[in-house]
Amino acid sequence: MMRISKVLVLGSGPIKISEAAEFDYSTSQALKALREEGIKSVLINPNVATVQTSYKMADRVYLLPLSAEFAREVIEKERPDGVMIGFGGQSALDLGLDLHSSGVLEKYGIQNLGTPISGIEKALSRRQFAHTMHLRAIETPPSVSARNEEEAIDAGERIGYPLIIRVSFNLGGRGSAVVWNRAQLVDSLRRAFSNSKNSEILVEKYLENWKEVEYEVVRDIDGNTAVVACIENLDPMGVHTGESVAITPAQTLDNYEYQEMRSKAMEVADAIGLIGECNVQFALSKDSYKYYAIETNPRMSRSSALASKATGYPLAYVSAKLALGKRLHEIKNSVSKKTSAMFEPSLDYITIKAPRWDFDKFEGAAVGIGSEMKSIGEVMSIGRSFEEAFQKSVRMLDVGRMGLFGEIYNSELNSTEIEDALSKKLPYWQLYVARAFRINMSVERVSRLSGIDAFFLKKIREIVGEYEGARKKGQGAMTRSEYLRLKGIGFSDMQLSACMEKDVSIKQIDTLSGEMPAKTDYLYTTNLGSEDDIKAGKSMKKRLLIVGAGGFRIGLSVEFDWSALSLFESAKKYFDKVAVINCNPETVSTDWDFVGELYFDEISYESICEIYKKMNFTHVATFTGGQIGNDVSRELGEHNINIIGTSSKSIEIAEDRSKFSRLVERLGISQPQWAYAKTIREAEKFADDFGFPVVIRPSHILGGSAIRIARDNKQLREYFEASKKASKGFPVVVSRYIVGIEAEMDCASDGRSILGITSYQLEESGIHSGDSTAVTPFYGDNKLKGMMERAALDLAGELGIVGPFNIQFIIESGRPSIVELNLRASRSMPFSSKSVGIDIIEYAARGIFDRFDWNGFMEPVHKSFAVKSPQFAWGQIAGAYPHLGPDMKSTGESASFGISIEDALIKSWLGAKPNRIPEKCALVYGKDNLQELCRTADILSKHVDVLTMKGLQAGEYDALNCKSLSQMIASGKIDLVVSDGYLRNIDHQVRRVAADMNVPLVLSAKLGQELAKSMFIEKLTYDEMKEYWR
Amino acid sequence: MDDGARIYLEDGTVVDGVGFGAQSTAVGEVVFTTAMNGYPESLTDPSYKGQILVITHPLVGNYGVPKRNVKEGILGNFESEKIAISGLVVGEVTYGTKWNSVKSIDKWMSMEGIPGICNVDTRALTKKIRDSGAMMGVIAKARSNANVDALLKNKYGSIELIRSVSPKKPIFHNNPMSNKNVVIVDFGVKHGILQSLYELGYNLIRVPFEYSADKIMSFEPDGILYSNGPGDPNLLEKEAENFNDVLEHGIPMMGLCLGHQIAIKALGGRVEKMKFGHRAINKPVMDLETKKAYITTHNHGYAAYRKNLPQDLKEWFVSLDDGVVEGTKSLRHKLITTQFHPEARPGTKDAHYVFGVFDKMINDANK
Repeated sequence: MMRISKVLVLGSGPIKISEAAEFDYSTSQALKALREEGIKSVLINPNVATVQTSYKMADRVYLLPLSAEFAREVIEKERPDGVMIGFGGQSALDLGLDLHSSGVLEKYGIQNLGTPISGIEKALSRRQFAHTMHLRAIETPPSVSARNEEEAIDAGERIGYPLIIRVSFNLGGRGSAVVWNRAQLVDSLRRAFSNSKNSEILVEKYLENWKEVEYEVVRDIDGNTAVVACIENLDPMGVHTGESVAITPAQTLDNYEYQEMRSKAMEVADAIGLIGECNVQFALSKDSYKYYAIETNPRMSRSSALASKATGYPLAYVSAKLALGKRLHEIKNSVSKKTSAMFEPSLDYITIKAPRWDFDKFEGAAVGIGSEMKSIGEVMSIGRSFEEAFQKSVRMLDVGRMGLFGEIYNSELNSTEIEDALSKKLPYWQLYVARAFRINMSVERVSRLSGIDAFFLKKIREIVGEYEGARKKGQGAMTRSEYLRLKGIGFSDMQLSACMEKDVSIKQIDTLSGEMPAKTDYLYTTNLGSEDDIKAGKSMKKRLLIVGAGGFRIGLSVEFDWSALSLFESAKKYFDKVAVINCNPETVSTDWDFVGELYFDEISYESICEIYKKMNFTHVATFTGGQIGNDVSRELGEHNINIIGTSSKSIEIAEDRSKFSRLVERLGISQPQWAYAKTIREAEKFADDFGFPVVIRPSHILGGSAIRIARDNKQLREYFEASKKASKGFPVVVSRYIVGIEAEMDCASDGRSILGITSYQLEESGIHSGDSTAVTPFYGDNKLKGMMERAALDLAGELGIVGPFNIQFIIESGRPSIVELNLRASRSMPFSSKSVGIDIIEYAARGIFDRFDWNGFMEPVHKSFAVKSPQFAWGQIAGAYPHLGPDMKSTGESASFGISIEDALIKSWLGAKPNRIPEKCALVYGKDNLQELCRTADILSKHVDVLTMKGLQAGEYDALNCKSLSQMIASGKIDLVVSDGYLRNIDHQVRRVAADMNVPLVLSAKLGQELAKSMFIEKLTYDEMKEYWR
Repeated sequence: MDDGARIYLEDGTVVDGVGFGAQSTAVGEVVFTTAMNGYPESLTDPSYKGQILVITHPLVGNYGVPKRNVKEGILGNFESEKIAISGLVVGEVTYGTKWNSVKSIDKWMSMEGIPGICNVDTRALTKKIRDSGAMMGVIAKARSNANVDALLKNKYGSIELIRSVSPKKPIFHNNPMSNKNVVIVDFGVKHGILQSLYELGYNLIRVPFEYSADKIMSFEPDGILYSNGPGDPNLLEKEAENFNDVLEHGIPMMGLCLGHQIAIKALGGRVEKMKFGHRAINKPVMDLETKKAYITTHNHGYAAYRKNLPQDLKEWFVSLDDGVVEGTKSLRHKLITTQFHPEARPGTKDAHYVFGVFDKMINDANK
């Protein structure tokens, strides 16, 4: 072993498209491995919502941006002797490379642990990769690297179309594209170059409809190598692997193909001197043994997290140990606890990963999927047949409870429309393929259009056939043996409209297909088993099942994972056994190593009920399960399953607008005027009475989904229709739009007293709290705060709230009006908890099972300022119009502390990508909040040039039209854009080009003004998180 | 495909499933492999003769059965001319297609008279074998009138198993460019081994396993390989004696799998039956000379441990899972052995260099 006593670990920053909770999982595992070895860890990651930034595994935590400037400060303070750059995604890797090339690592004598930098560069530079492969006689597709447009066009003409443009040092395939002709190539080049860190791209032959497979390789300092998994994508080459439905283990490769590519994957690992883990992707022909190496990622990745969950082999943990110089055979197999990590898992089940998109949230977004990653989340299913796993995966996506047999299946789409959907690669091809088979399209035709292997399509066609068969037969005619057979191919009771006695089997994931006994309860259920691998617990004991949040989506992300994990740890005190059910492979809550008993399964009433009964659980927790937890909670409650926390009756009151409103009225708490509208007339009448703008939202839908602000009658009509559709029969809620300051309290209650943490938003009201900048401590005076506390206490008492809850206010001329009450863990709880160094969920557990030892409302003392900033995905969602509103659009958050708001704000904002302080020229313009915009421009003009837009001038600065401004942004002359409001008809191009060129966009004038004040302050603090709690 | 098949085990277990392949009854020792693909290779591996194979991965047949590719009598994608297993147990039999596929596994087994059973919880069955040890089993139609009890009294291991897979007379695989011969004492050699040696440039002569040393030497071998094969090595007293006679000639020798076990026995060591054996393609071994570890293919139900090695044999490879001796080198003779399968098929070629070591022994001896 090398002598290392303190290691700097780089995290991945806010959750964003292509860098999500999988890096919370991998970094957490690395931290755990370090702790096991008695090595102190120092973590830099501004993502406050993660498990890793708690002190569960890390010794020292810095909530700071992942840039060389900040890292240097931390290094100066901490003097680590090693650094791990391979666990925090591309962000960590990029920062690691920066620290290396700028000589910081050398200067401070810090050893880069794991794969050497030279190897990483060989892997990440497209040019070097192709060269390295060439030296090893490993074939890559015909390609030419290019450093400018001319070279790229020339290369394209030589190789011939279609082509795929690949970008060096890239993240989530950003900037890449498939092009079919010269015009498309030219069109795509600017974006490609702007997304390449070293201004290098690769022009490569596009292998249309070839298969894509990926191997996960581990290698130690002695060169011992194991290939842990092979993942087969169902989607063909050209669809980013993050956008692909993927199956593990590979199903259609024969021994020759599997081993040929496996050997080559090992050679790739050897060529880059891998120490740790990498993935290697290949393209494989569907009608010969021809294959090509495509790329390698010498770091933990989304697929390595997936492979870990799919196989039970903890790649990140093993990788961290390898980086410390251990050999594969010196590391224990953490599932069998008997054998070592030097082996290749064998699976006696099938796993399917399916991505989840949120295109609906983005106005103007191009919805097709392709070589760039756009999905927000993913789920993984496990079954003993393809059909079982596949059907589970579709239902897990939570895009319709009928899974394959929902809206699209029952739509009127004809074969031409289906062909169109498949060839345009609309998201969720599963649903279109099912419809295709319903209308008798052939497997060959579907395969040709979609590029999906006929083997899988035939199986999907069989599922459709079975469904139609069962449907024709009708309810009641089904025999029990038919029912059991249909369960075996993955149908839910709801899909079959049938529920008969059955006995699901609970099976272990053991890495060895049953060859050795497993010591870990990493479990799934199947309807294709004849026995269980584990015995039910004794019925006397108290056993809690925590429901996880499922696949991530906008508004539901790693925050809920943090809550679930916190609950898991806090609940141990009150239960004999605590287990988790979840189906998101990215998370820490699906790490069997943290969670002693893990059910990696569907979150539905049916599956929870089966597990609950079979394994003698006594309680279920749903309040950390986000929207899915909420949905399932109602059904579980109706079936007398013991749910901990606030009663479902109270939850219903909080969610039912009219009941809640009556309660609030009775308690004398003020609220914005509102009304139910069943028809547009009723909505218009409300607007007449109270004036525009009005807020329109569907009832019975959580999380700001489909909420809009209408400023005139035209918008009112448009939004009303959309909202009515989303309401599914329930009336639409219209309410008065109050201009004020939004504040919220994250609380835990024992039914009488409250622990609460209050924050407020820098942006004006009307912007979803998830998209706004939150600040603690609360700005207001005691009287104002007292009114909010009183409201919270009254509601807690009246509704008997026990456990976590969140309450939101809008403050209008010194008076708080209540706008929302959520009786569950909220998205902001990790931030508010960490702002004062406590854990709200721990208090929530105490509130449920115990009593607080104080009376009234208790807010811990804030010793410093904490700010949370949103991370947007404008750049990744091509075509989307960047703007803020009541419907949440951000994917993640960054946070930081400070001795002043400015100190905390600027560090927090810089923690989100692509934010950076302007050095050249800022563009400031807009219509709404013009005063703030002008002030922003004035402050900025003291430091950089300022431009504004004709017709939307913010002060007396040079004003240009939209087109010229867009050109200036495209050519890199403008490095900050500040605007406000919704100006799509005027400035779509400016905002879009800025997004595509990674130019920071500030879309609220108020925020712009605060940022301008903070950007150039002299003194920033760089302290460890605990310092800010003292 | 039809319904109603059963698998009966020695311990009284009966598992219902659905039949496929041939409509016949099969008897054999029930063993499991955890290899997730490579079924055309596994099913034709002569070492499985007399065994009912359980494949733990639930889907089998996904890429059909390939068109055979043959060069100088050596098969590139099967391990022998015929299916060797007695019967097959899987979770699901599938009807895959691939560009080189000519039939389904169902049809193939049916043509070769081998029965299979699917819709079985193979994990439950595997755990049973893991816990109780390998045992005899019968696959039969649910409505068959086969005397299952009598069939279950059969014992695995008889020498007849080898006789059924060993050639009756020498088989030649000529390498036109070569003047060096390797004689393979054929207990049911896998074609992967033949291919590995053929690619090193040797003429291959496969001889019946009962051939005497004199007969073997009549082919003027530059090297001699004792092959893999089915059955109980402890029944092979005569073959062990024969092995010693051959060894006296000082020709470089290699023992592979069963050949490794025969070498150990011949030189005075002990080989014992394992509870359920190693049958997988994910097994780590360490080369004790270089301390490097490799993932290898295993298929053995018998094994030797270090304490039972004869004096002449030095442990070369060891299983990192359970300490089984996975390879040896002779201190006094030109002899190397491996218990694992360096030719893989199915499996990794990570330790394929073992053939290179044999090749070097031969070249050095010829200097």
